[in-house]
Amino acid sequence: MYPSDYRYTQEHEWIKVSGDIGTVGITDYAQHELGDVVFAELPATGTKLEAGKSFGTVESVKAVSEIYAPVSGEVIEVNAALANAPELLNSDPHGAAWLIKVKLTNPAEVSKLMDAAAYQAFVSEKGTSA
Amino acid sequence: MTDQIKKAGRHVNQNESLIFEQSAPGKRGIELPPLDVPDVDPHQALGAYHVREGVEGFPEVSEIEVLRHFTRLSTWNYAIDLGMYPLGSCTMKYNPRVNEFVARLDGLATEHPYQPLELSQGCLKVLQLLLQCLTEITGMDTGTLAPAAGAQGELTGLLLIRAYLEDTQGRPRKTVLIPDSAHGTNPATAVLAGYEVENVRSDERGQVDIAHLKQAVNEDVAAMMVTNPSTLGVFEQRIAEASSILHKHGALLYMDGANMNALAGIARPGDFGVDVMHLNLHKTFSTPHGGGGPGAGPVMAKKILEPYLPVPVLAEKNGRLTLETRRPDSIGRVRAFAGNFGVLVRALAYTLAYGPGIREATEDAVLNANYIRKKLEGVFDLPYDSPSMHEVVFSDARQKKFGVNTMDIAKRLIDYGFHPYTTAFPLIVPGALMIEPTESESKQECDLFVDAMRAIAQEAEENPELVKTAPHSTRVSRLDEVTAARKPVLRWKPKATPATSV
Amino acid sequence: MRYLPKSPAERHDMLAAIGVQSVDDLFSSIPAQFRLNAPLRLPGPLSEQEIVEHFQARAAENARGYASFLGAGVYNHLRSVVTDSLIQRGEFLTSYTPYQAEISQGTLQAIFEFQTLMCQLTGMEVANASMWDGSTATTEAVLMAQRLTGRRRVVVARSLHPEYRQVLDTYSRNLGLQIVEVGFATTGQMDPARLDAALDGDTAAVVIQSPNFFGVLEEGHHAAERAHARGALLVAAITEGVSLGAARPPAGADIIAMEAQSFGLPPSYGGPYAGVIATREKFVRQMPGRLSGETVDTAGRRGFVLTLATREQHIRREKATSNICTNQALCALAVTIHLCLLGKNGLKELAAQNLAKARYALQELEKIPGVRRAFSGPFFNEFAVEFPRSVKLVNAALLREKIIGPLPLGGFYADLTKRALFCVTETTPRSEIERMAAAIRQILSKPV
Repeated sequence: MYPSDYRYTQEHEWIKVSGDIGTVGITDYAQHELGDVVFAELPATGTKLEAGKSFGTVESVKAVSEIYAPVSGEVIEVNAALANAPELLNSDPHGAAWLIKVKLTNPAEVSKLMDAAAYQAFVSEKGTSA
Repeated sequence: MTDQIKKAGRHVNQNESLIFEQSAPGKRGIELPPLDVPDVDPHQALGAYHVREGVEGFPEVSEIEVLRHFTRLSTWNYAIDLGMYPLGSCTMKYNPRVNEFVARLDGLATEHPYQPLELSQGCLKVLQLLLQCLTEITGMDTGTLAPAAGAQGELTGLLLIRAYLEDTQGRPRKTVLIPDSAHGTNPATAVLAGYEVENVRSDERGQVDIAHLKQAVNEDVAAMMVTNPSTLGVFEQRIAEASSILHKHGALLYMDGANMNALAGIARPGDFGVDVMHLNLHKTFSTPHGGGGPGAGPVMAKKILEPYLPVPVLAEKNGRLTLETRRPDSIGRVRAFAGNFGVLVRALAYTLAYGPGIREATEDAVLNANYIRKKLEGVFDLPYDSPSMHEVVFSDARQKKFGVNTMDIAKRLIDYGFHPYTTAFPLIVPGALMIEPTESESKQECDLFVDAMRAIAQEAEENPELVKTAPHSTRVSRLDEVTAARKPVLRWKPKATPATSV
Repeated sequence: MRYLPKSPAERHDMLAAIGVQSVDDLFSSIPAQFRLNAPLRLPGPLSEQEIVEHFQARAAENARGYASFLGAGVYNHLRSVVTDSLIQRGEFLTSYTPYQAEISQGTLQAIFEFQTLMCQLTGMEVANASMWDGSTATTEAVLMAQRLTGRRRVVVARSLHPEYRQVLDTYSRNLGLQIVEVGFATTGQMDPARLDAALDGDTAAVVIQSPNFFGVLEEGHHAAERAHARGALLVAAITEGVSLGAARPPAGADIIAMEAQSFGLPPSYGGPYAGVIATREKFVRQMPGRLSGETVDTAGRRGFVLTLATREQHIRREKATSNICTNQALCALAVTIHLCLLGKNGLKELAAQNLAKARYALQELEKIPGVRRAFSGPFFNEFAVEFPRSVKLVNAALLREKIIGPLPLGGFYADLTKRALFCVTETTPRSEIERMAAAIRQILSKPV
């Protein structure tokens, strides 16, 4: 379920790193807890991110969730598809519904994140409402 | 519909389109008296830059169509006049009709806020008497009737605290402590007042955790905002202690008065350590909710905050009442004019109807809540068993086992002829059912409510799908809120081609 | 007590069912030292008849039977019996906020119609379900501009209602906003040259009012072009909504904050009224206040729901667009009904009558030696006049004739002594205009 080449945060974000560029999104667990996503508020390109700090929100009808940066860096691309189709976050959270691409300033931070197996264990412990 | 449902039955009601969809050129609903001065050509009077031909798309309908339109719409609403709203912390009580009558009197409804003070003594006496009554009920020293609603009362209260700290300590401090059970207006207001918010935990009895409070209070804390009784309907038994702790550190205690319906005539916030509080006249004091407002949020305060009251301040000079605007230490004006006067009139009429007997209303409110609690205790999970005052909070834990949650139960309650209780609040109780009957409910209505809730609990076990897809008896079934948020349609627009049928 | 539906026997039965002896036992969780053991000292209890008499006595101590030429943010306009009887229907009067959409479709559809009417009136793309009043709506509009631009400076026309400016001041002080005022020209309109001098790269918004406090219509594009060139937004306040029946809304406005009291709400000594914010669709997520949106139910039937609720305090809490919860729903409903009754032609005709009445009054006043209009810009139904003697003298003479005269401007603007603001609406009979002018002529003809 959780791609093995991604890394994961305790706040349910994922990051796929390629060189010094990371693609960031929210996990399937997160979208499931949120329910139908209606809106994603994302930063502009050029925004500086700090690992662990909030960089945007994802909204359902009745709730708002902060999204936290898995790593520090600069936003180089924002997924334009989400503006018109926020429902992608429900249907394809690990793929087409990526949120931002980041240029990493401290690649060492990635090793602190969970791998797929650790994350799978982490969410199993939480228990889903499925 | 089953035989179980005693309070409500099926009833035919009328469909009705949007008023714009009934519009046709040439129809009119008002005819003006003829002009008795020379007519003026708007083009000449205003010039080409300003003149407007008419409002595009404005409806053109007759008087009877307007009357029928809104009458039909009204039949789609539930209302207190029809039955109980068990909404927690909303205090949906009877809105006495005499209040509507007096608010509309010629000489009250017709007065302009800028008319000479000597011709406004009647209005000012209304303000004075209401302020006196509210001061007595809350046990405070002074107050203002200006704030337009509870949220604005909260802001006014926090601004009073801010001004007091700046004046007496040279700095406003940085944070406001707010219990995790608080209503959303509390943190939103703290931010508007220029403060940061820090949460205070509730303990296992659902009250403010005093140990956590002691840890959290420091020289940066300006105040704690507390609701008493809390949003769990439980009296904060250590509130006087909380107040002392805050005072010792130079901070103040703000009370959200939304739950005053448990206290009026029984206990006074001014006596148990509250420095400043707001009241919701559209809750405790019976002014009508009207589908979402208007309300009024008077702020009552201890003497130390009097210099900072917002303008205008009611005062008496040489036997005449006046509105003072020159107050050097005032926080300023929070809204234009003196207040939601029409709402204040209604609240005063309510208070006069009860007089000292206001205690009886509070007693009946608490009696009803405890009766309902007793009757539903075995049926729904009770997360905190502290004594309830005017409201009781259950959770959906037992029904969740069958896949039924508080929202589903609430929707099914509609089929039983009631408005839902407050769902999913306070946040510290997952799957909350927050029930406040108020004193306006008879024993019969309470029993019907209890029967309905018991029946639904049974349905949750035996036929969960019925509950999960409720309501079944309304004009519209559950609405697609997701699309409404993804692709908002917030106004009517005329069709592009007139030939297309609506 | 007539509002309490319980018999003593029922109370007794309920207490027994709970398992307590008396109702006092239900308050045992309140520490004894705080439980009152004497009744509060309050007037009453009063019967319904006594309540009516009490308020009739208060009404008799006010200004019944007086003619009035006051405006300045609160307007005497016609109201209708139909509107008042509809809003007194229990299903509207005593219903709650429409969070449970299935049993609140009446309220929700009415709000949707209100939002539409407000968009039509203001020419904006989206409008909310109401704010508390024009003054707080204007302040919230400024806060909205601050959020949208991320800037801290606000340039405000001095011709914006003084009390609106005071409210803005109270709110902005604690949010680190800097307010700068810009004066008016001899036309009574905001001076574009002074606006140029005040604008900078940190300006979030320029705030004007049209018709402004002096009744003068602003040419919005002056402010709009300058504001936009600097990346600021134009906020336009409107206190006299009937003006929109004859005059275009302020050109180039990004956010309009309107007071809707003129549309069927009584003056009621200052409230309750109904504010509204209307803006461009792209700004909707930063707009405060409730919104009713069209949608469908599970069977595809059209219905309405409160939407975009994540902006609001009950969800967003400290990050909300505003702290507002209760708004002015019933007042907005009255406005909606009233505007439907007026309709396109009714509003146009109403506005035209106001234009005519105000111009007739000005014409009569200008016949009086020494009396002249204070500003030269185009006006709707309010205008400022300069007297050769004090306004106090003039108004005292008028009061003796049971006429409440114009608002003295010197109290609000130290540089405008001897000037007063007249408002003349469709409700003022010609005979009263003439009586007013005659009384002023008389007092001014007396030797000093």
